Amino acid sequence: MILNIITYIFIGIGCFFNLMAAIGLHRFPDAYTRLHAGTKCTTFGSMFLILAIVIQSISAWVAEGISSPQSILTLHAVIALIAILLTNPTSAHAIGRAAHRSGIKPARAVVDDLEGKNHD
Amino acid sequence: MWFPVAIFLAVCIFIVLIRLFLGPTRPDRLVGLDTLNTLIVVSMVILGAAFKEKIYIDVGIVYALLSFVTTLFIAKYIEKSKF
Repeated sequence: MILNIITYIFIGIGCFFNLMAAIGLHRFPDAYTRLHAGTKCTTFGSMFLILAIVIQSISAWVAEGISSPQSILTLHAVIALIAILLTNPTSAHAIGRAAHRSGIKPARAVVDDLEGKNHD
Repeated sequence: MWFPVAIFLAVCIFIVLIRLFLGPTRPDRLVGLDTLNTLIVVSMVILGAAFKEKIYIDVGIVYALLSFVTTLFIAKYIEKSKF
């Protein structure tokens, strides 16, 4: 019962942050701030959605024991979460570096501290 | 329980697709593509939990790793091109 309530709360948090990522891609002015919205919010939201799956399977374990068929599914979901957590910030860093090196200025920026620095 | 979440994520994917088509510069489109890939992986995991089939989640894992390589190579391509 209490696990069901926690599952619904986590689903709500995950859906809210994924929707914020989708809206933030339209509301922010340039590529860097869109990167800020689109990468961090989806990482956080997918983290909570997969945690909801884990908690749902914990309630299945309470009902049926550890050998229920949902255990393998939860293990795969956690592996998918680890893949997202490893790849998403790395690709965000690559996109930001590529955007800066291709000459895009941040919108309404006055000072660019990385101006002229081109070392690796 | 999980099907409304999957439909909600599909709506988010369509909102991100609009940015992918509209984006004025190439890094904007790449940001949209990266967000789209993460949302697709999450929706594959949610569909796997909905149908209780773990093969969907395996597809999601492989999609996450392949889309990571794709994003890195498109970023490498954008880095060389000057505006």
